[in-house]
Amino acid sequence: MSGLAPTREVLASGVTVLAKRTSTTPAVTLIANIRAGSVRDTARDQGLAHFVSRTIDRGTDRHSADELAEQLDNRGVTLSTSVNRHLLSLSCTCLVEDVDDVLRLVAEIVTQPAFPSNEVDRRRGEIITLIRQDEDNPAAVAGETLMSMLYGTVHPYGRRLRGTIDSVERVDRQTLQHFHSTYCVPTGLSLAVVGDIDPARAIDAARSVFDDWSGATVAEVTDTPMPSKAGRQCRVVSMMNKSQTDIAYGFATIARQDASYHAYSLMNNILGQYSLGGRLGDSIREQQGMAYYVYSSLEANLMPGPLVIRAGVSPANVNRAIASIDTELRKLVESGPTEQELIESKQYLSGSMPRTLETNMGIATYLQTVEFFALGLDYDVRLPDLLRSVTHEQVHQAASRAIDPEHATIVVAGPFEGTLA
Amino acid sequence: MAALEHIPQSGSVREEVLDNGLRVLIQSVHTAPLATVWCWYRVGSRDEIPGQTGVSHWVEHMNFKGTTNIPRDQIKGIIEKYGGYWNGYTWIDQTTYTETATSDALDRMLFIEAERMRSCLYDPGDCESERTVIISELQGGENDPEQLLDQELTATAFRAHSYRHPTIGWLSDLQTMTRDDLYSHYRRFYAPNNATLVIVGDVHAGDAMREVVKHFDKLESSDVARRACTVEPEQLGERRMTISKEGTTAYLKIGFHAPEVKHRDFMPLLVLDAVLSGAKGVNLWASFRTAPPQRSARLYQALVNSGLASAVSGGLLPTQDPFLYTISVTATEGVSLDRVEEVAIRELERVRVNGISAQELQKAKNQLRARLVFENDSITNIAHQLGFFETIASWQIYPTLSKHIEAVTIEEVGRVAADRLKPTSRTVGRFEPVR
Repeated sequence: MSGLAPTREVLASGVTVLAKRTSTTPAVTLIANIRAGSVRDTARDQGLAHFVSRTIDRGTDRHSADELAEQLDNRGVTLSTSVNRHLLSLSCTCLVEDVDDVLRLVAEIVTQPAFPSNEVDRRRGEIITLIRQDEDNPAAVAGETLMSMLYGTVHPYGRRLRGTIDSVERVDRQTLQHFHSTYCVPTGLSLAVVGDIDPARAIDAARSVFDDWSGATVAEVTDTPMPSKAGRQCRVVSMMNKSQTDIAYGFATIARQDASYHAYSLMNNILGQYSLGGRLGDSIREQQGMAYYVYSSLEANLMPGPLVIRAGVSPANVNRAIASIDTELRKLVESGPTEQELIESKQYLSGSMPRTLETNMGIATYLQTVEFFALGLDYDVRLPDLLRSVTHEQVHQAASRAIDPEHATIVVAGPFEGTLA
Repeated sequence: MAALEHIPQSGSVREEVLDNGLRVLIQSVHTAPLATVWCWYRVGSRDEIPGQTGVSHWVEHMNFKGTTNIPRDQIKGIIEKYGGYWNGYTWIDQTTYTETATSDALDRMLFIEAERMRSCLYDPGDCESERTVIISELQGGENDPEQLLDQELTATAFRAHSYRHPTIGWLSDLQTMTRDDLYSHYRRFYAPNNATLVIVGDVHAGDAMREVVKHFDKLESSDVARRACTVEPEQLGERRMTISKEGTTAYLKIGFHAPEVKHRDFMPLLVLDAVLSGAKGVNLWASFRTAPPQRSARLYQALVNSGLASAVSGGLLPTQDPFLYTISVTATEGVSLDRVEEVAIRELERVRVNGISAQELQKAKNQLRARLVFENDSITNIAHQLGFFETIASWQIYPTLSKHIEAVTIEEVGRVAADRLKPTSRTVGRFEPVR
């Protein structure tokens, strides 16, 4: 099996280009990832990377925000910008006939944003509204509170991605420009070009728009110490105007580069993913009818990320649901998975690769993941063997290392005023 | 360069109707070693009566809980073994089930759908257990002020047609419906002559058809007798509703009665929506996952770029009967909802009186043309569209969408704006947060 076999090239400027030709539709997907995520925020400037993501495309040295909008809208192109812990991303899909024009605009936005003051003020209002919406959203409140309790306020994973109203009020044009000029540099950019375009032509097109760009390399943030933690920690955020209660239950676990990652991934799949939410879904949704959604997710990142269990339940069922999560976790730690579960999860994770790689956006997202974690261009080909080689004992060990209900961190947000058992 | 070959043309779709009435649509697409199956039923919340609102959606949930030949504990794994994905949804006009997996799973996908059509178990304990799951789903929706506002606005805009109640149902009905209510609904509407089976992917149409016959040919048709819905009488004046509830953010939603997909006004209204809020496309499954290209659109400029709102969106979906065209706005923190409403109405009135420009028409068409390409990027999306359009009208509309959009004239958009955005046809909904 030859696999996806993408093309990768590092340009003279330091920009990395990942390209793959497909012919499903006459379209091309572009994703530009810049190592300028929220880990770059300081404690005082929480939300700065997010603010950059909301303003970077609102005018350049050459075009106003309206001119950019007109050029993209005329081609039916939505340029989405987003930010996570480590990456600021711009992504879009365009018709193949528009790819050169759109790539030129994306490059202009990445390299020469102007951050006009009037745009900065307008987007500030939007960001503050988003923060206020989050404050009224039990799922967002539970998730953010869990991360702050797991990681503390010093570790960047513990901070709110969008910052606080106070920190957002402090951001001005100069702050945004300084962030951009420091962190948005050629060696921090990887560009994926996937669609009905020859890889050599995609790389030439990227070279023509990024070759004059320069900037000093900045080291990645990877060594922030984890806060020490003792015992089980629970917090209730009462939101009595709501109907449903959201539970976030988690542990800090491993980094993506950890040698046991695939054992953790299988463990997570068995616990809270396989079919309709793994063992957790079987117990809490299917057998007990307590929740519309319950699942676990493993967010292994450059630094050790969390294993998080999420559920939405009626306030009357909060303690019953948490007790059921405890029970399922203890069973997994004590006995590990069954042989059948392990076989099924391996089959599923290997077999889902063609689906993951069906669309241009799916391929581009996958290529960026491979690049970010340095997994190797043949990762799709190696994955089945990597999964096959994981033993029952390794998955059991992953459960034992990651999970300990006596040291869990638990947040409940919603119409609940009781105490957690 | 790839052509638009995967947006099906009439000739590329094999259509057959079995003796029992099952309509089968098959399209071969060999770009990935995958196949998708969608099984559609002409039953949705429009078919529900008072006391049983939400029954179609609850039935959908029950149809994942075991059949005569698939014990409940053996459902899990059939599709996952092939790396596959499965799901289902219920909306106003339809209920549908889907699997996408490697193409060697086709036999198993068809086996599941044939079982689901006539042989689901409806164990009383499972029905009870699912009652609380669905109430939990309803309560999760109530946590979202925008969803709450949408539900209340729809109920205000419709007085007679059964589109007025939410697909998930009203709480008291979910608390009181019985296992027999669910099972009767299932037996009545789940029959081959009320279904469309769609297969798209790395399959040979002839082989796939033989598989379909093997699994479905023996299923008996039944007397479905779908009820006619009451026709919504013309709205004679603006309607208004307000939700006053604890919250942080104010929302505005404006609804107008919209034409059904077969109506000549539908495509011009789709173009008008693109001018007002950016083109979304027409795929309920995929269109709304990517924001529309909207920054130069009229409502974005007037509301978001002026700082009054943090978000604006328009919503027009193809439906069997006349439904709604909606504009949804999130007010920026500190801005009064009155001011947001004033500017939104001013813009809608401006387009109603003056129509659109030639440049706007061309931009809207460019956007819709691109969106139709983007939303056909997977076999799952292509199959969804074939089945969705067949359920509300005819799948043949789908391959001709771009032609119909291209044919829309500036005069038609002007006429539709004048007719459809009348203040008397308007329902205004406000979520006013109590702090």
